[in-house]
Amino acid sequence: MYHQAVYDEPLIMNLKGRRTLKLPGEDEKLDPRIPESMARKGIGIGDREEFTVIRHFTRLSQMNFGVDTDFYPLGSCTMKYNPKINDEIASLEGFRYIHPYQDENDVQGALKLMYELTENLKKITGMDAVTLQPLAGAQGEFTGLSIVRAYFQDVGELDRRREVIVPDSAHGSNPASAAMAGFTAVEIPSNEDGTVNIEKFKEAVTDRTAAFMITNPNTLGIFEHNIVEMAEYAHSKGAFLYYDGANLNGIMTKTTPAKMGFDIVHLNLHKTFSTPHGGGGPGDGPVGVVERLKDYLPTPLITYDGKYHLNCNIPKTIGKVASFYGNFGVLVRAWTYIKMMGEDGLREACERAVANSNYMKKKMEKLMPVPGKSLKKHEFVASSHNDGLPKAMDIAKHLINNGVHAPTIYFPLIVPEALMIEPTESATKREMDKFIETVESAIKLDHATLEKEPTNLKITRINDVDASRNPRPTYRVQRSKEKI
Amino acid sequence: MDNDLFEILKELGISDPDELFDDIPQSIRTSTLGLPRGMTEDEIRKEALKLTSMNRTVNQMHSFLGFGLYNHYVPAAIGNIISRNEFLTSYTPYQPEISQGIMQALFEYQSVMAELLQMDVVNSSLYDSSTSLGEAIRMAGNITGKKEFLIPARMYETKKMVISNYVKGSGIRLKEYPFDGRGMADLLFIRDNLNENTAGIYVEYPNMFGIIDENVRKVKEIIGQERIFVAGVNPISLGVLSPPGSLGADIVVGEGQALGLGLNFGGPLLGIFATRMEYVRKVPGRIIGAAEDENGKPAFAMILQTREQHIRREKAISNITSNEALMSIASLAYLSLLGDSGMKRIGEINMGRTQKLMDISREFGVKLPYAGSPVFNEFLLNINCSRTFVAGIAKKLDLIPGYYLGKEYGFSNRNEVNLVVNVTERNTDEDFDAYREFLGKVS
Repeated sequence: MYHQAVYDEPLIMNLKGRRTLKLPGEDEKLDPRIPESMARKGIGIGDREEFTVIRHFTRLSQMNFGVDTDFYPLGSCTMKYNPKINDEIASLEGFRYIHPYQDENDVQGALKLMYELTENLKKITGMDAVTLQPLAGAQGEFTGLSIVRAYFQDVGELDRRREVIVPDSAHGSNPASAAMAGFTAVEIPSNEDGTVNIEKFKEAVTDRTAAFMITNPNTLGIFEHNIVEMAEYAHSKGAFLYYDGANLNGIMTKTTPAKMGFDIVHLNLHKTFSTPHGGGGPGDGPVGVVERLKDYLPTPLITYDGKYHLNCNIPKTIGKVASFYGNFGVLVRAWTYIKMMGEDGLREACERAVANSNYMKKKMEKLMPVPGKSLKKHEFVASSHNDGLPKAMDIAKHLINNGVHAPTIYFPLIVPEALMIEPTESATKREMDKFIETVESAIKLDHATLEKEPTNLKITRINDVDASRNPRPTYRVQRSKEKI
Repeated sequence: MDNDLFEILKELGISDPDELFDDIPQSIRTSTLGLPRGMTEDEIRKEALKLTSMNRTVNQMHSFLGFGLYNHYVPAAIGNIISRNEFLTSYTPYQPEISQGIMQALFEYQSVMAELLQMDVVNSSLYDSSTSLGEAIRMAGNITGKKEFLIPARMYETKKMVISNYVKGSGIRLKEYPFDGRGMADLLFIRDNLNENTAGIYVEYPNMFGIIDENVRKVKEIIGQERIFVAGVNPISLGVLSPPGSLGADIVVGEGQALGLGLNFGGPLLGIFATRMEYVRKVPGRIIGAAEDENGKPAFAMILQTREQHIRREKAISNITSNEALMSIASLAYLSLLGDSGMKRIGEINMGRTQKLMDISREFGVKLPYAGSPVFNEFLLNINCSRTFVAGIAKKLDLIPGYYLGKEYGFSNRNEVNLVVNVTERNTDEDFDAYREFLGKVS
């Protein structure tokens, strides 16, 4: 039976002792000349030994769960294995100790790496130019839509083109990014089979449309077979087609966003390209565009003329979306991954991810309905909506109680009691079978027992309502509320 | 074909996995992308070493280059902590019961950062200091319903470019205020330029020239309760400098990179974002809060998620989803290792060494504009020579003498060089000797 480590671990600020870490210049006699008016008195985080810090975080890490712990089929998050060589390469001194404002001549290796990664991402997406600057997928979306905005401003159509169309199955970041870039998101409904309703799509696309954002395969893991028709229609109305690359793992090497007719693409290096997600980030969200939008990309771009340059000469650039050139440590890992996989490796990864997904779908549909067309890509969505099945939430808690990570639940919003399952290529048949057996055992369990799970972890279910009604975002606030 | 795949395909009733892609129309199928064959670990290692040999690190030179990204000492324990697989390879903690470890760590980051800043609310991270400021300005507009925001005329151009993109969709206009004769926010100009549309103001200390802007103490009083004061800080200075919470800040933004993240050619970084409790429901990004489980046991949870994109979609406060969580933990580890005494001492070392280099510069008679103003670990240096000449001397000495300010900052005289010089605890006596030699040749 699975048991997670359980410690009643105090907060770090309550672990007080003496500082053992010695700083460079610790004993130097210096005159800092701190202005009296701005001098600080006391901080309030306490001192402690290095070994106390290490023990604390080691214990905390043992109460956590990653891809390296076990199977992690979190839908739309592509939790594939992160090869350890990636981390080794990213930690080389020659990559860690360089400053982005050093002379170009002194950072040719870093620029070459970024250039090669850019070229490889161009091949994978079919786009004509790529920027590595956006720091996450959602920032990629914001960058892409800022480019659309700049383009229409340039051609004098921005006053009219204020709408961005998204399917109702889209990731929440799509409409949120559209709003941030100053557009109105227009949602269109899906068909019974989970694909975009082409009639509704055509009704929605007008001369007010700036862009249509879609992920393909979509969030139900279904390939939108009408994509070419939709692209042609959107283009005929003067709108751009935006590719949300969160689901690229389902088609990589089999087709490209360019072939499907997309004009703008963002990728999630922390999904498709195996960089670790770090409990929420860092990621990186490169953006690729077609020739027509190249001159609007963020500055600088990496160019090569016998030497690598940080080229700031981008005629209509939108400027910058981040302080420097992207999350370089993440870029190094993705560069390593792509070079090691090569084209054959990427194809095999995609094929295996899709085979795994269809295998699990076939097993899952014996237990509950799996809506949408039968053939899936990298993920699928099961629905525990009827027939006295347990709630998606209860199945999820039963899974984590047994040492398997739960799927994404209650998303996409168009499927009731949704369990969105993405095994990725990093799963054995044994692991997938165990997942299915665990879901099966949840279905067999009586509801009263199920609702009490998890029981093998540090805590049981959280009282979410109270946590948000009475927010305690920091220890300061928590302490002051306890006093009252 | 391995046995697992064979079994899986058998179950699916197919022999070639390519059949699983029959739903992609033939007309848009690709035969090859033109990527090269894959490499082994040993090959990629050699390839990477070729690339690193084409880089010269700051460890191989005498570097006084900062300007928003600093060459600070990174304790070994930090790399160890953020390499723990259970942290490194986890996703956003959507299943809190199995993710209490990272959630406690992120709550601790928020809590320790809150003490350092003396602010009640800290989120679990944004991308970098530029995007934190962009979000802060959007939030100020959101709170006040007003459409004009004051920023310093002298701040990083990169940061200005980012925030102008961040506010474009919201209709907020940015208006610049100048520095006074001491290189600090011009309070008279600010007072005269407040109007009924002003949502708030951004003031940083230290600012672009490294100056500790003493005028920040008066900003909140001047702009009044109804407007938002956004303070920009360098967190590594806050062991010795007054925290923004004691100066009336409504929102605080900063770059967490100095706290043990290293250089990494500019990323990953850590966007710090803090505010007062009354604005907790307006905060962009994820917040981990103290909570209880159904048995009343203390726990940690993602709180106020209805602010976020996965719930609120178009009406979300921000589109952010992936953030820089692991970097929050790195900076938490840094703050934990240094503690109160270390944070005080690291501030003193940075300031003391910077003063030392300023004293040396004075010996050589070069000009230090704003010389009477207090600085943290950077200062402005003016040399009466051309950039080509200065760069040539520096190159021979393996020295990066600082960041060269160009015409984008209003320095267009080709016969002089204006440098922002950064000194940290990593600069050695040899670095100082190299700088002495440099000044001897250019002064």
